[in-house]
Amino acid sequence: MTTIETNLTTQVYRVYIKASPQAIWDAITQAEWTDRYGYGGGAEYDMKPGGAFRHLSSAGMRAMGAGELAVDGEVIECDPPRKLVQTWPMVMAPEIAAEGFTRLTYEIGEPKDGVTKLTVIHDLEGAPELALLVSGSMEETGAGGGWAWVLSGLKTVLETGSSLNDPPAPG
Amino acid sequence: MADDDDRVFRAMADPTRRFLLDLLFERDGRTLTELESELEMTRFGVMKHLRLLEEAGLVVTRRSGREKLHYLNPVPIRLIHDRWIDKYTEHHVSALVDLKKQLEERA
Repeated sequence: MTTIETNLTTQVYRVYIKASPQAIWDAITQAEWTDRYGYGGGAEYDMKPGGAFRHLSSAGMRAMGAGELAVDGEVIECDPPRKLVQTWPMVMAPEIAAEGFTRLTYEIGEPKDGVTKLTVIHDLEGAPELALLVSGSMEETGAGGGWAWVLSGLKTVLETGSSLNDPPAPG
Repeated sequence: MADDDDRVFRAMADPTRRFLLDLLFERDGRTLTELESELEMTRFGVMKHLRLLEEAGLVVTRRSGREKLHYLNPVPIRLIHDRWIDKYTEHHVSALVDLKKQLEERA
């Protein structure tokens, strides 16, 4: 495979959220929160090094023929509510699943005036297809807006309590 | 919130800074030296532009060994997009795009 030209091996995303580190941690690791932003679907963590991480497909994805699991990985390092390092192998699409493991890091900063910095680092070496997907480059095809879209939704849910994914009000 | 948007718009109002973002879009995680080599500008000038981009949240830097790498962070632009172009307006925008396509095909 020639991946020399596509130097998208690491992607870094940062967002500032008016919420406590614990609230952000919960929104990343608890199913009732993860179902409300981005791609939706519940996340399940066995929060210890080597513990299982599963992100279930959302109802919408399953309706389009997706299997039960969207991502099936494991926890590498956890320090709630500050840092979470995990593998993030997307198993939903066969061509992406074939690229194998990628490494995802969440870093949650010290709050300042009630605002907390969240940084997401996705190490995508050897996973050019997944890199395109999570960069949002495939949004036009209905594949969602990648991490920028996910984090925008996470911020909205935490700050307003309402979800970007909710159906628009009738009228 | 408004202050954040101001910083984003101000940062993007300059052609050199947009060029720097384009460079990072093409290839992310570059050093100052790499970015500087693409511009007819002093190192100090490039640093100044990068600092404004970083203050606006459009560039995030990370250390890798002795090097400082610059990454494009699209989240602030996404936040503006998601707040201003909600599902309702998006429907109208896409209807207009369809109309434009149809008219152009006929022309």
